[in-house]
Order: sequence, then structure tokens, then C-alpha cells
Amino acid sequence: MREPVLKLRGISKRFPGVVANDQVDLDVYPGEVHALLGENGAGKTTLMNILYGFYQPDEGQIELSGRPVRIGSPAEAMRLGIGLVPQHPLLVRRHSVAENLALGLPTGWWRPTKPLGKRLHELKQQYRLDVEAGALVEQLSPGEKQRVEIIRALLRGAKILILDEPTSVLTPQEAGELFKVIQRITQSGGAVLFISHRLDEVLEIANRVTVLRKGKAVGSLTPPTDKATLAEMMVGRQVSFERERGMAKRGAPVLEVQKLSVFSDRGLPALRSVSFNLHQGEVLGVAGVAGNGQSELIQVLAGLRKAVSGSVKLDGRDITGKTPRQLHTLGVAHVPEDRIRMGVVPSMSVAQNLALRNYFRPPFSKGLWLDQQELDQNALRQIRQHEIAAPKPGTEARLLSGGNIQKIILARELAGNLKVILAVHPTYGLDVGASEQVHATLLQKTQEGAAVLLVSEDLDEIISLSDCVGVLYAGELVGPVEATSVTREQIGLWMMRGETAFTTIEA
Amino acid sequence: MVRLEFDPNPPGNRVWLVMGLAVLAAIALSSLIFWSYGVPPVTAYLTLFKGTLANPAGIAESFRRAIPLLLIGAGLSLAFRSQFFNIGAEGQLLLGASAATGVALFIPLPAELKLVTMFLAGFLAGGAYALIAALLKSRLGVNEILSTLMLNYIAVYIVQFLVNGPWKGRSLMGFAYTEQFPAAATLPVIGGTLIHWPTLLLGVLLALFLQLILNRSTIGYELRVVGENLEAARYAGINIGRTVLMVAMLSGGLAGLAGVGEAAGIHKRLLDPAQISLGYGFTAIIVAWLARGNPALTIFTALLMGLIFAGGDVMKLNLQMPFRVVDVFSGLLLMFLIGSEPLARYRLKFGRRA
Repeated sequence: MREPVLKLRGISKRFPGVVANDQVDLDVYPGEVHALLGENGAGKTTLMNILYGFYQPDEGQIELSGRPVRIGSPAEAMRLGIGLVPQHPLLVRRHSVAENLALGLPTGWWRPTKPLGKRLHELKQQYRLDVEAGALVEQLSPGEKQRVEIIRALLRGAKILILDEPTSVLTPQEAGELFKVIQRITQSGGAVLFISHRLDEVLEIANRVTVLRKGKAVGSLTPPTDKATLAEMMVGRQVSFERERGMAKRGAPVLEVQKLSVFSDRGLPALRSVSFNLHQGEVLGVAGVAGNGQSELIQVLAGLRKAVSGSVKLDGRDITGKTPRQLHTLGVAHVPEDRIRMGVVPSMSVAQNLALRNYFRPPFSKGLWLDQQELDQNALRQIRQHEIAAPKPGTEARLLSGGNIQKIILARELAGNLKVILAVHPTYGLDVGASEQVHATLLQKTQEGAAVLLVSEDLDEIISLSDCVGVLYAGELVGPVEATSVTREQIGLWMMRGETAFTTIEA
Repeated sequence: MVRLEFDPNPPGNRVWLVMGLAVLAAIALSSLIFWSYGVPPVTAYLTLFKGTLANPAGIAESFRRAIPLLLIGAGLSLAFRSQFFNIGAEGQLLLGASAATGVALFIPLPAELKLVTMFLAGFLAGGAYALIAALLKSRLGVNEILSTLMLNYIAVYIVQFLVNGPWKGRSLMGFAYTEQFPAAATLPVIGGTLIHWPTLLLGVLLALFLQLILNRSTIGYELRVVGENLEAARYAGINIGRTVLMVAMLSGGLAGLAGVGEAAGIHKRLLDPAQISLGYGFTAIIVAWLARGNPALTIFTALLMGLIFAGGDVMKLNLQMPFRVVDVFSGLLLMFLIGSEPLARYRLKFGRRA
């Protein structure tokens, strides 16, 4: 029997009002990928923060290679050989890769990047981890930044590498690259703790899975095989992976887009003469690699960006150039791409965030004054109806998890009589249970006659929800075509039509 | 072993404790300076206490200084909440004082309308002056910190031009003053003091009103969304340009009102800019900052700063210390208070590293 390199026994951590971790046991063996799977708020992040020394557990014991340890700070965690690759890279944007790597290493104050060269070369040889040491961090792609974080952890001598939702910022190709690196690390004896809520990638990469639910470790599988079982463990009930969409009753065209062209922020063409019709009760899925005009398409339809040419009609009425407020009043809902930067005001209360669209009209306001009571009443209703985990209407939005923030946005945007719903990555970063709920809500709205324009990078989501599918590539729309008439592979080919532009640099 | 642990939501009593310690630290450090000038620190502080808190005249002086600070501070706290960094209150105050002077001296009006019109003119002048920067910001993206700061200098020269040129009083040979205001254009003061109480009352009412606007009105809601998340404001269809203009008008207008109070309540004429305002427009930034963007709280923070101003006067007069030393004392006090503020968000942990 091998010795686990990391052994957790009975770890508990309580915060005021919540038990984040409840008697969690976990064993990580050298040379294996151990996945920590769980919904948002299941306690994955708390456990990771305990391992990396940000928090102290209230109870329980941590053993490293059989030796009990206390991890008092991230510095101590690093000394003990625990490395963390955070979800969003913590790098100095305007410094070079080498300078970032030298930061915090005992390389001396004079030309601190000099001793790195040899080690970097070794890492490149050993793991085929390659980055250009002289490049500025701000010029790197998300995948390359992540590679810098991995290299940094390895340079500091990490024997256990914690990866927090590592694929959430990556393209499928970059994720594939990452998995190869992970395999090389485990082949040379390292252990990887892989935190995720994506079942497919866990099945692909992990040798062992521990599922957390509501702070408890509800079970583990070695090796993981069965997606349905895992999902059930995670959510606590059976989950369907069937196509969620029956045949739609498609009505008259509600949104008619004609030869629409817009510029990006940099003044370059972002949409080139895009035309399509969106019908009542229809879901049109728009796939594509990020940065091919999806953001601009949604922005121009939501009134946040000016069209250069072309027209948009809603129920036959020209709405080109209308303001976001006018469009919202006309029945255009917008579930924005960047929910924290655009969808909510983090420092304001849940109640006030729920009123962001309608604060200026009754019942939320009477003349100049807001009706605080009505705001709170509305918040209580929505919190109950959408199961938003907020203790009270006055809780600041920034204190909620990403999933609950998305619930606030959906509760607000999908209220009332809607004609068109612009939904961008509506389930990005959400767990299985929450995603299901979002999908059900969107489909429910189509039953009521709304049309959905769904932009997503998740092909599974697009295929399982859409009636029609289109692909944006370099600002041009391929399709839309009937969803049943194309295969996943075909859509993938359309997305990759200019493959050379997207290939990652091979080491 | 002792170490610091971060605590984002400090309890109130720790905040007060830390502020108290900051004041003590400032006093201790200032003692060294008094000492070096041959004034025993105990004597110095006793004189200071007798001259301000223990002395009706000292208290009155604090209130008089607090009036412009309150008006400006209340307006600025609103501006800062919407991320409009107006540091041109000094200039807006001067323009307000000039507009009031124009009304007082040159516009024939029934006596009972005189003061009301002066306040109105002062509000509009100060507001319009801030509006220049707001328009430049919303139309051309000009940084308002720079534009409001530069507009201060222009305001100084406008006032100097007025008191040396067209508005210079005929009866005053050589002095750069305007004529004295007629009685109907001066503000009543509380007997024996320089507290022009109508301005004080106006300041308190406006501070409370602005707090209400901020927390309970749709305008305040828009203002906070614009200040706290510009993207969300665009998304929600809030008219950002209009919000910025309104905030500029309000904060500039309140600074203008402060100028009216100084001209009609203290000097009863327009005179050299350095005499009209003792840097109130800049000190009020600290007033707004200490109140954390809450207009109502500026009632207290303005009084605190008024007290520091008054203490400075006492030290100049009673201790015959060099002019600049008293500024060092108030500067140290402020530096410690502001510097301690983030410290309140840490707690001390005793014992071994857990």
C-alpha cells in the first residue's frame, strides 16, 4: 500500500451561519490526479484555502507524507511543497514572465531573473512547459498565463499542485494542452488536486474523485467511470443529460437582423453584414471561439453599441439605435457576458440589484423617491422563488457566489413580458444543478413566446438547447441552420475554419 | 508572538479606539516640536484646550470655520460617491462669493429678496463653474481632477481682477476691496460671535437632505450605480452624462453657497481670495473623506476640522509660536487620523502562529 502524500482527516471549517467544510477526509497519492468535484458553494474553495494556508481549520488534521502539519500561511504551504494555480492568474501584468517567476524566489536582488534560465530549461525538458521568458504578461493568452502560474509553483518545489477550476479560462485546445502537462507532472511523481465542477473533464483526467456536497465529502470513486453517478452524488438527485429541447412551436419572426455591421472598441470591423431572423419561441444558438464578434453582436442588439450599417427590427419595428432602457421596455432582456462587471453593482444590496432595470418606475419608486419597502418585498419574493442564497434583502451582492449572482440577474432580466432574451454564457461557472435550472427557466420562457439568442462557448449547451445553430467566425455568421441537421463535428469545423489563427504554440 | 490579522468589517469600538490612539500619537509627536521651541508640551496643550473646547469663544470659532467646510464637504461627499473627483471647490467657493457680491452691490432688489437672491446666485455660479469640468469630462473625456484643479487658479485671478479693477471700492484708497455690502445683504450672526447662523442652518439641512437623496431617491440610486459600476450603469440605461452634470452642479453649487456665507456673513465684502477662503475647498476634501461619502456625517467631520482650525489660531495668538508650527500640528493630527484608518481593519493576535 502506498502512503498518501497528503492526508486530511475530519477537516471542519465554520463561518458565521455556514458550515463550509464538515468532517472532510481526503487522500492524495503521489503520481495521481485527484479531482475535487462539487457544486458552487459545496466547500471546494474553502478546502483549498485551508490547504494553502489562507484559513485555519476549526477541527481536523492535515498530514503531509505521514507527518502532521499546520499550514499557517501561503508561504508555509509553499515551503511544505504545496503549490496553487489560482483560477484567475495573480501576475504582475506589466512585468515580464521571468520577472514574475523571480518574484518571491530567493534569487537575490541583483538581476533576479538571471538564475532562472537553467531551471526554466529543465522544466521545459521535463514537462514540455514552455513560455517565452522575456514576454510581458499582459501579452499572454489566458492559457499561457496559467502555464506561468504552473511553472511558478513547480519552481518553488511544489510536490502537490492544486489547480482551481483550471479550464474555466481555456479554449478546448488549451485545455487539452493542460491535461498533457498534468499527466507529465504525475508521471514524474507529482500529485495534482484538480478542483472542478465539470464532469466530463474530471472523467477525462482524474484517477480518483472526491465529491463534496454542502461541505461534506459524500463519496469517492476510484477510478471514476460513471458520469450519472457522479452527477447524482454532486447534486443529490438524478440529472438528465438528454437533449433538453423538444420540437419547438415556432412562430412569426420577432427579431429581424439585416446586414448588420459594427466596429469593435479598437475600431476594427467586428460584425460583417450579419443577417438572421429569430422567431417566436425559438432558441438560436450562436457558437464560436471567443472574440469572433459574439460580444459585439449582443451589445448592438442590447443598445450598448452603435451599428455602423444595417438594421434591426423587433416585431417589424425598426429598433436600430435605441437605448438600452428603451429596448428593455420593449421586451429585450439581456443576461450579460461579464456578470460581475456589468450585471450587478457588487457594493449594493441584493434588493437594489434586483431593481436595476426598473428602479425608476412604480412600484419601486414614487416620483423621486424609492420605495424601500417594495424593494425589500420584491427581493424576498425573488430570493424565495429563485432560491437565491442571500440571508436578507440588504446583503451586498459582492458577498454572494457567482451562481447566486447569476440567479439575481436571471430573476431580474427574465421577469415580465419578454420578446427577446439575449443570453451570453448564461451558465458559465455554474454547477450542474444551477445550470439545469437556468436552462429550464430559458426554455420555460420560450414556451411563453419569448425568443432566445444564446451565445455560448459550451457546444453541449448550444446543441442541447437550440432549435437553430449559427457560428460566428471573424465577424461573419455561418448559418443559422436547423440544430438537428448538423453534427457537433460540423459546428466544430465551422468554429475552426481559420484553424491557423487559433493553434497554440507547441513546445 | 504578536501578528496582525485582516478583518474587513471592524467593529465600531475598535475604529474609535484606533482613532483615539492616532490622536494620542499625533499629540506625542507634536510635543517634541513644542519642546524644541521652548514651550513645555503640557502648557501648550492646556492653552490649546482652554482656548478651544473650554472657551465659548473658541467653540464659536470652531463653528464659524465649520460652516463652509460643512457645505462644501456635504457636496463633495456626493461627488466622490459618484466618482466625480471635484477638487475645485476652492474656485467654486470664490465664484459663489463673487456672484453674491455682484448681487449685493450692483443689483437693486427689495431688502427681503436680497439675501435669497445672493444665495441663489452663489449656488448657480459655483455650480456652473463645476459644470465646465463636468462637460469636459462627459463630452471629451477630460480628467476632472486636473480640470477642476486648474479652474481654481482661474477663479483666484477672476476675484483678484474684480477687487483690483471694476469692483474696487471708491471709498477705499489703495485697498483691494469692494465697497461694504448694504445691511440687507449681510447675514445675521449669533451675538458676539462670527457664526452666521442662517448659513449654518442651511448647511445642516442640506447635508441631511443630500443624505436622504443619496439613500432614498432614484437620483441617489443612479448616482451610486454610476459611481460603483459604470458598466452596470450603461447596461441599466442610466444617463451617465446627465448624472455627472447633476452631481457637478450640486457639489459646485454647495461650494458656491459656502462662498456666499463667507462674503455676506464674515467679510461683508469681496476681498483678496486668500482672505475669503483659508483653503476650505481643499480641507473639505478631508471632511468628505472622513465622513466616508455620507453627507450627513460631514456635520460632525466639518466640526472636527473646524476645531482643528480654531486650535491653530489659539496657538498662534497665545503661545507666540511661529506661524508654521501650528500647521505642523494640524497636519500631524490629520496624517495620523487618515493613516490609522486602514489599520482599524486589522486586529492583533497574540500567541504563536496558529
